[in-house]
Amino acid sequence: MSGPSTYVPQTGFTRWLDQRLPLLRFSHDTILTFPTPRNLNFWYAFGAILTFFLGVQIVTGIVLAMHYVPNADLAFDSVENIMRDVNYGWLLRYMHSNGASMFFLAVYVHMFRGLYYGSYKAPREVLWILGVLIYLLMVVTAFMGYVLPWGQMSFWAATVITNLFSSLDQVIPHLGSVIATWLWGDFAVGDATLNRFFSLHYLLPFVIAAVVGLHIWALHVPGNNNPLGIDVKGPQDSLAFHPYYTAKDAFYVGIFTIIFAGLVFFAPDLVGNPDNYIPANPLVTPPDIVPEWYLLPFYAMLRSIPQKLIGVIVLVGSLLTLAFIPWLDSSRVRSNRFRPLMKQFFWILVADCILLGYLGSQGADALWHVGGTDVPLVWLARLGTAYYFAFFWLIMPIVGLIETPRPLPDSIAKSVLGAAPAE
Amino acid sequence: MRFALLGGLALGLALAHPAAAATGDPAPVKDMHWSFESPFGTYNRADLQHGFQVYKEVCSACHSLNRVAFHTLSEEGGPGFTPAEMKAIAAGYKIPAEPNDKGETVDDKGERLTRPGIPADHFPAPFANDEAARAVNGGALPPDLSLIIKARAHGAQYVYSLLTGFDQKAPAGFKPTEGKYYNPYFPGWDIGMPPPLTDGQVTFVDGAPNKVADEAYAVVTFLAWASEPHLEARHRIGLGVMIFLIVLSGMLYLTYRRVWKDAH
Amino acid sequence: MTADPTRRDFLYIATGSVAGVGAAVALWPFIDQMNPTSAVLALASIEIDLTPIQVGQAVTFKFRGHPLFVRRRTPKEIASAAAVTVTELPDPLARNENLPEDAPATSSNRQIKPEWLVVSGVCTHLGCTPTAFEGEYGGWFCHCHGSQYDNAGRIRKGPAPQNLAVPVYSFLSDTRIKVG
Repeated sequence: MSGPSTYVPQTGFTRWLDQRLPLLRFSHDTILTFPTPRNLNFWYAFGAILTFFLGVQIVTGIVLAMHYVPNADLAFDSVENIMRDVNYGWLLRYMHSNGASMFFLAVYVHMFRGLYYGSYKAPREVLWILGVLIYLLMVVTAFMGYVLPWGQMSFWAATVITNLFSSLDQVIPHLGSVIATWLWGDFAVGDATLNRFFSLHYLLPFVIAAVVGLHIWALHVPGNNNPLGIDVKGPQDSLAFHPYYTAKDAFYVGIFTIIFAGLVFFAPDLVGNPDNYIPANPLVTPPDIVPEWYLLPFYAMLRSIPQKLIGVIVLVGSLLTLAFIPWLDSSRVRSNRFRPLMKQFFWILVADCILLGYLGSQGADALWHVGGTDVPLVWLARLGTAYYFAFFWLIMPIVGLIETPRPLPDSIAKSVLGAAPAE
Repeated sequence: MRFALLGGLALGLALAHPAAAATGDPAPVKDMHWSFESPFGTYNRADLQHGFQVYKEVCSACHSLNRVAFHTLSEEGGPGFTPAEMKAIAAGYKIPAEPNDKGETVDDKGERLTRPGIPADHFPAPFANDEAARAVNGGALPPDLSLIIKARAHGAQYVYSLLTGFDQKAPAGFKPTEGKYYNPYFPGWDIGMPPPLTDGQVTFVDGAPNKVADEAYAVVTFLAWASEPHLEARHRIGLGVMIFLIVLSGMLYLTYRRVWKDAH
Repeated sequence: MTADPTRRDFLYIATGSVAGVGAAVALWPFIDQMNPTSAVLALASIEIDLTPIQVGQAVTFKFRGHPLFVRRRTPKEIASAAAVTVTELPDPLARNENLPEDAPATSSNRQIKPEWLVVSGVCTHLGCTPTAFEGEYGGWFCHCHGSQYDNAGRIRKGPAPQNLAVPVYSFLSDTRIKVG
């Protein structure tokens, strides 16, 4: 809780402004003096890292849009114009494509951190749901952005994913086809689709920014959670956001930009797909259609179900499940630090998501040789999908009831200052 | 227990391996060392110029290089021709001319009117369109080479292996389709392109070795530059940026520790 | 445990400065990307083959997005241009990018070789393209607002304030010029 504002304008101008638009007061209260638990660790820096990368994507995106042409005949060439002729165009393009990867890497760490420390639990349910909304907007934005270069993968990923809507024909005849045609603006993915995706790809990041504003507002009502999962009991448990967390976050953002620069300058196509350097050809399908790495786990889940409509339901369900988490976990204890049984399942979930990601990258009929038999990877994907849903719908409700949590510390201050300083 | 589970997963992954290769699966690419592959790699100027010569004398008969403009041949990070040499190279090409005063684009015989190339022009394509290209090449379309190194998995290694892989005999029982050639590196093993390189086919002005492997190495280097002309600038700027960021992160770390010193 | 204020401040100031310099340097690509691309710059200069141009003929080329007039003048035209004194001209300056700004608009200051006139085809009034061999001075007539130029591209009558600009150009050979 932040309590009443302690801002005192120091100059005549700031007093004048404060009476008319309390912007400086607002910044002072939310960024400078905002009381933050004193025991936040590395995993809590990802909010700042995400904000940084949202900024990077918007700024690089705007300058790229000065050169990009959203027309099916010209799009690929316009991207190559950026790469070859625009001053520093190669840098801006690689920052944008790798920035998306960094953005998703950070959001997954951020989400797993929330899961581990119980940051979704009361009274932070709306905060969590806003986060899920931001994530969904990110997925849609990234999907549309990937279509824009109009390479083979751009075109065929758009075709495969928008075709999923046609599975709704099984629910209401023609519904899916009508929706798919409406999305495409044509009988198939084409120029009309590209143009609208460009318009929406430019729009959505600003919608994301607005929801991020709400997300931070929702955070500031109860204040941050912390690794112990226990409430802040008084001023001795917290520190002013500035300079403690501005300095700490700045350092971690710095580390992340080193990784980012490593990708941009030395391995810019590392996580990309070579097929996207081939101009889109509606008549030739690439041998393996794969999305970008950050969508692979969901792709694996989709492909693991042989029936189209159920596959779509599983895909959509896997994303919507996230919104229910605050009500699925029955535990009274927030942080997994004190939940020895839940902790195990959490780490299996992490491994499961990584495994699903790997499986999503392999061919649809890929096999593994284990012992003397050939195991189709799709069976592993089914197992992985089953665990994913079981974690949220079975394990979360049940473990909270049967587990014996470890005793919680009395307070954050005691835990931090009593023993050696914890980091 | 967490470690046991993750360890078990790792062990399982280690024991499992992809099923054995089937007929038509491309062979693993040859492992060549490229001057540009390391984080601080650059293009070898001699290789680039030799490679350009191989492209011009051999590959350009069928393969276009649409996205490369002549003026890039004399720009930094490229083959390093002088502006005069670059202009001469451009002028040596016939570019489809703009409509003349009468609005014509073909002469009396129906041949396309042309004009000498200027630095701003791109390499002209050998065929007017894809259909014409296919008609002359048995239905196969020779791809444009401007991005070929980035458009194939293992780019440079793949193209090099392909170009030097025609000398292998097809395994017993495999017969390439009529009009195609066996190459174990090509997915499906039969490729529409006949072996393009032979020993001594291109004579380099500086007397450099010109066996198939040398010609292939040179042209792959050239094509890598064509796909990624700003690689050297990217590496150079990247080094500066990394050093800066490491120094800055160090200072941010010290700042963070100093700020937190009086928190406890 | 009082932290030494000067050392602590120095660290903060140093870190802030390094970060600031980094941000400023990082800003440059975002600004420079709006400058003309290398494809545009490749057309920043053009070479023109003069052989097809007949005596007495004027041809229009595209140079940096604008019309460029190249005129091969007859001996009569050359003589009539040379006969004009600078004092009769509304604009006494040569407007030749190959010469200093204050060079007077003599006929010889408007050319390199007398036979060839190379001038920008953009009327100095409001930017229209004048028509060749029209007007009282045997040069160009601009239909938009009636400006009239002589065969050396100098404004003689009408609202245009300046002579047609002579761009940077040079002879690569007797039959080839490079403009820009």
